[in-house]
Amino acid sequence: MAATGSYNNERPPSVDADYSADPASGSFFSTEYKKHEDLKQMLDSNKDGLKLEAMKRIIGMVAKGRDASELFPAVVKNVVSANLEVKKLVYVYLVRYAEEQQDLALLSISTFQRALKDPNQLIRACALRVLSSIRVPVIVPIMMLSIKDAVSDMSPYVRKTAAHAIPKLYNLDPEQKEELIQVIEKLLSDETTLVVGSAVMAFEEVCPERIDLIHKNYRKLCNLLVDVEEWGQVIIINMLTRYARTQFVDPNAGIEVEDKEQPFYEDEDEEEDGEAEAEKLQQRPKMMDHDHRLLLRNAKPLLQSRNAAVVLAVAQLYQHIAPRPEVSLVARALVRLLRSHREVQAVVLTNIASMSTRRKDMFEPYLKSFFVRSSDPTHIKSLKLEVLTNLATDTNIAVILREFQTYIGSSDKEFVAATIQAIGRCASNIREVTDTCLSGLVTLLSNRDESVVGESVVVIRKLLQSETVGHKDIIRHMARLVDKIKIPMARASILWLLGEYCDKVPKIAPDVLRKMAKTFTAEDDIVKLQILTLATKLYLTNPKQTRLLCQYVYNLAKYDTNYDIRDRARLTRALQSSFKDRDQFQLSTLSHLINARATGYQDLPDFPIEAADPNVRCVEVPAIFAPENHHRPAYQSRSKPKKPESFYSDESSPGDESDEESESDSESDSSDSSSSGSSDEDDEDESDSDDEEDDDDEDEEEEEQQQAKGRKKGGSTSVKKHTGKREATRASGTEDSDTSSTSSSDSSSEDDSESSSNTSEEETTKKKSKAEAPKGGNRQVGGSKRSNLDLLLDLEDSPPAMDTPLLTPSLGGLLTPSPSSQPPSLPPGASIQPASAKFIPVAKQELLNRISSGGLAVACRFTRSPHLYSPRMTSVELSFTNSGAEEIKDISVGAKKLAPGMALHEFAGITVLAPGATLCGTLGIDFNDTTQPAAFDLVAGGRTFNLSITAPVGELLMPLAMSEADFNLNQIKLRGMNELSGPVSVSTNQPATTTIVDKIYEIANLLQVQSSSSTSLKFGGQTASGKALVLVSVLLSESGQESSVTVNCEKLVISSMLLKEIQSAVKKI
Amino acid sequence: MIHSLFIINSSGDVFMEKHWKSVIPRSICDYFFDAQRKANNNEDIPPVITTPHHYLLSILRSNLFFVAVCMTEVPPLFVIEFLHRVVDTFEDYFGECTESIIKEHYVVVYELLDEMLDNGFPLATESNILKELIKPPNILRTIANTVTGKSNVSATLPTGQLSNVPWRRSGVKYTNNEAYFDVTEEVDAIIDKAGGTVTAEIQGYIDCCVKLSGMPDLTLTFMNSRLFDDISFHPCVRLKRWESERVLSFIPPDGNSRLLSYHIGPQSVVAIPVYIRHNISFRDVGGGRLDITVGPKQTMGRVVEGVVLEIPMPKCVLNCNLTVTQGKYTFDPVSKLLNWNIGRIDPTKLPNMRGNISVQSGSPPPESNPIINVQFVVTQRALSGLKVNRLDIYGEKYNPFKGVKYVTKAGRFQVRT
Repeated sequence: MAATGSYNNERPPSVDADYSADPASGSFFSTEYKKHEDLKQMLDSNKDGLKLEAMKRIIGMVAKGRDASELFPAVVKNVVSANLEVKKLVYVYLVRYAEEQQDLALLSISTFQRALKDPNQLIRACALRVLSSIRVPVIVPIMMLSIKDAVSDMSPYVRKTAAHAIPKLYNLDPEQKEELIQVIEKLLSDETTLVVGSAVMAFEEVCPERIDLIHKNYRKLCNLLVDVEEWGQVIIINMLTRYARTQFVDPNAGIEVEDKEQPFYEDEDEEEDGEAEAEKLQQRPKMMDHDHRLLLRNAKPLLQSRNAAVVLAVAQLYQHIAPRPEVSLVARALVRLLRSHREVQAVVLTNIASMSTRRKDMFEPYLKSFFVRSSDPTHIKSLKLEVLTNLATDTNIAVILREFQTYIGSSDKEFVAATIQAIGRCASNIREVTDTCLSGLVTLLSNRDESVVGESVVVIRKLLQSETVGHKDIIRHMARLVDKIKIPMARASILWLLGEYCDKVPKIAPDVLRKMAKTFTAEDDIVKLQILTLATKLYLTNPKQTRLLCQYVYNLAKYDTNYDIRDRARLTRALQSSFKDRDQFQLSTLSHLINARATGYQDLPDFPIEAADPNVRCVEVPAIFAPENHHRPAYQSRSKPKKPESFYSDESSPGDESDEESESDSESDSSDSSSSGSSDEDDEDESDSDDEEDDDDEDEEEEEQQQAKGRKKGGSTSVKKHTGKREATRASGTEDSDTSSTSSSDSSSEDDSESSSNTSEEETTKKKSKAEAPKGGNRQVGGSKRSNLDLLLDLEDSPPAMDTPLLTPSLGGLLTPSPSSQPPSLPPGASIQPASAKFIPVAKQELLNRISSGGLAVACRFTRSPHLYSPRMTSVELSFTNSGAEEIKDISVGAKKLAPGMALHEFAGITVLAPGATLCGTLGIDFNDTTQPAAFDLVAGGRTFNLSITAPVGELLMPLAMSEADFNLNQIKLRGMNELSGPVSVSTNQPATTTIVDKIYEIANLLQVQSSSSTSLKFGGQTASGKALVLVSVLLSESGQESSVTVNCEKLVISSMLLKEIQSAVKKI
Repeated sequence: MIHSLFIINSSGDVFMEKHWKSVIPRSICDYFFDAQRKANNNEDIPPVITTPHHYLLSILRSNLFFVAVCMTEVPPLFVIEFLHRVVDTFEDYFGECTESIIKEHYVVVYELLDEMLDNGFPLATESNILKELIKPPNILRTIANTVTGKSNVSATLPTGQLSNVPWRRSGVKYTNNEAYFDVTEEVDAIIDKAGGTVTAEIQGYIDCCVKLSGMPDLTLTFMNSRLFDDISFHPCVRLKRWESERVLSFIPPDGNSRLLSYHIGPQSVVAIPVYIRHNISFRDVGGGRLDITVGPKQTMGRVVEGVVLEIPMPKCVLNCNLTVTQGKYTFDPVSKLLNWNIGRIDPTKLPNMRGNISVQSGSPPPESNPIINVQFVVTQRALSGLKVNRLDIYGEKYNPFKGVKYVTKAGRFQVRT
């Protein structure tokens, strides 16, 4: 009784200083000392009662995890105690502390050796147990001897203990393995049920690979299995599963072929038990090994064990080695386990879930057992959902869906979200219910709970993604929901969906964008971001209709209070500046090259609907049409196909869509900008003349500049008021100096929205400009004059290099300033802007040889252009060449094997590749700022090839345009361990700076920063994925010998690799 | 296999640790506490937690966590089942398994743990063997031990350990030989809004309390043994005999044990003994109304007793103002649990509860109605209709007193509203 209290308070009540006493005060140590002294005295006394008392208190300390090692010498003496309980407690103590006090522990060894000879089997076993548990390497030989003796002990209990001792010795000294294997072999041949379980356990721990030891004992193990204690059963069944997998052939192989054979083995043990199915199974192909069958037959009754571990072990045995039709026997037992403890449930459900992915029929009869109760813990609920989803077939889906319906109302939101996902999975697996599920999910969109709505939208998105046929009506329905749903998350998701499938709802998406543009300022941030995304997507797919709306949205976003939104607006604006826009210019023209409307550029007219009278050509030379201009709006030429001016006078016959669009435009205009009606028009006219008639006559130029000034004022004020879309557009075109591409899109957007505001004045200007065009003499002058104002503005916001990506020196020098002359116009402190590449590599890297692939050659090239799908991605152009004789069909990306963090956006599949033809596809790869290869499967013509793309470090970068001040500022921030520098030696004396610049452009996708010093070259960029700044500076010395390169980047791997590449590249000059 | 065991109470104290191999510092439990923090409630803690070097397998029983630490691949159910067996053993020894009980009997607990597992592998888990090795504590024995100087620990190996019947000790003697069998059936059901049965299963147990001298061999037969869909036995039951004759033949464990448990799946038709008419509605403003009537159904003339209704109300419910015609109701405003203790149902006067539910002002009405958890007991009858036919005793001469009791209870019985 006295012992009972001592767990909570180890000391006798007389010692009142508690161990909670402040350790700093001296009393702590004294009482500690006293306390132990007290215990030592009790242990030293010759009364068993006192010893027992002391030992109980010490065990209390051990149990609480408090250190009692100090008492070791006092305790170890009592190992000889005659009192069994004292002895046992000493054993417990010894096992716990022997490892720490090896020398003292050795004192007790002789006692154990003596006890090993004791006539009482319990004492012998106990001694062996403790001896083997003392983890002291010195006694390995003694342990070995004792174990060897014990395996031949008469008592099975001692033999069992010996089996347990084997893994202990093995862990202590793995060198003993060979000797131990012999011992195990002997134990395995033991016939006692008590021993075999432990023997197999020792086998599994020490030498699981020595499957040959089992052969002799296999049948015995099978036959004893039922009588072995339950823990041993688990171990034996698991081991035998492995054994069967190595020794027997797959019972499921060729099951169809041998269907008609005579039963090799008649099994009559199955009497009634309604095992008709099993009986039938026995008749099935019986080329199964006799021993194989023996194992299955003997394991089967264990399905009725009360021990869940045994049941599950049998279940896995059947799953892995039984003929497929017999596996279903285990289902019933597994379902029974579901009634067990929560933890058992979780484990069993996990196993059922993975079994049910392959074998639906097995658990289908027990479908209702997996119905979720609201009292289940969440992880059980989700496991049950998983199983239910796996079990769903077209026959039971109605029941399951009805069940899911009730789950949606649960108060456990995590569970509701999981249910929605489950519905989505059912919908995508079972065609029949896809529509029902979808409409059900759509109604969930109006749920009050955000997580429900968000989840539904995500699931709908996934469903729509996997669907090949469009669900136009659902997207339309969701578009309609925009008006009702106020939850920002849902609005955002719907907008995303609309953007993704804008091609399916070509009329609705722009209209939604229009509505959104109206309410833009009142929206939540997350919605604003999605509006921007939608606008961009629409712009890219349908620029004709949405250009103005996009401009408007961008301008609103640009002045948003949230910097994220401003950033996104800037980014998406940059995205538009792709070559796609250039289609509007005729190939091989200057305008195409600079991607801006050069003075005197004439739009390429579209093909006429009806062929003009061929007779006219009887004398004239026919005009040449460039087919590239296919996307020029048809109506332009429809009205006056022959005249380029038709561009401006086409407003009389706009297309339906643009009609609708311009209506909506003016609608939003009038609603938003009632404040300034007339000034609107003026501005527009002026800017028209500005954008399109860049070079007027000398005498008109002055006037134009004045106009520009006035416009500038008007624009800035009007935008601040958010007065109207057009003004905003103007503002971006002038004051904020839109990107060259947007400004050009501006200009071309006029043709869509041109209202009847064209004045006669403008007409005349146009004519003048037309007349001007052939002269060309003044062009240079006009262009350069303009550049003073416009270039400055242009540069502020646009990627400066965008206009000259394929610049040839001869042409580039003419109109655009050389790259080095651009940066000075950057005001210091201007924001750092992404730019486009200065150098586009043309060299291709072979990915797939035509010989190994049978005709298909694949090469890749880094295009250094931003990938549309995600700014984090690096674009890789794959060119497919069919050098075989036959067509290759269906080239697409198969399985992706990417390192974590990486992503790959596949190219649009190629349906047919004719012999000899070469086609290109662009991959987007997010390398996650590593040079790890992106491996994926390429499926072509039914064959699969493993491809792997490794990006050189330079291709992981994206150029940034920045001022030198910015460069220096950021370089200072990236000092210390983020800075790497090294010498470069240039072999030739005084290498041309440009050579070095070109070299660096070649190896790394960076952009030069204008430097004030001629001896230092600076380059700016960022990593594609992590957007970490990469700053490279090259310091040239006089002789060219002691030049040095410095790379600043927080990604050390990138910077060190980059440094090395630059060093080696420069060396080659 | 199992390296260490930590026992943790509900306030997060590791109050006992036991190591079967090298010591693992108790700081490993921090991973468990992390998982506990992440989970919404203790039920949600995953049973297996992966840490960089160890795997923590835990169970929750009577508000205590038993956390086993493993380092290598091990069948997870093996560990979980073992932990449950440990708790079962404690309950068997001490009546219940709580923190104070474990602390009080820490020496016995420690001895038990030491005996149950050797080097992480189960050694003796059979309660009868353990009880011979380490005597369960009782006051009489404690006093006797202090007087005579005997100890609680047996000096000889329990005979059961070596025999083929490890669950029975030898030399049992009773003056009154008796054998009682309790057939308990629990109904797990989900009832839908309209009163239809979504799913209903029966989980049955036959627990026996056998106090027979010597080494009796019993045979138990059932009137309708074909009822069992699936069945699991105590190791004492001879499986072959059951397979062939549908007869339970066994040498019983001494004392209390669960002879078998069976499961009657949702395929069979289960007669639900009670019905519940409910009408719970929440309005947009001003709370909601509740009207519940409980009545007996298909009870074969037996009385439904111990009826308790538990309704976990939505979070926004502030209070319930109800009147009941029978029993008592309580509403806990913290856990939002409405509890109606009805007791016995008189078929002529059905118990009814109705009244108003007050809801937090301003909060929208709950999207769904709460579910109703039902408890009830029907005595003297097993719902499935299972009946014991006869019990025969072989091997011993005496004629024992025999008894069979039938009880039907509600298990996980839910009514969706």
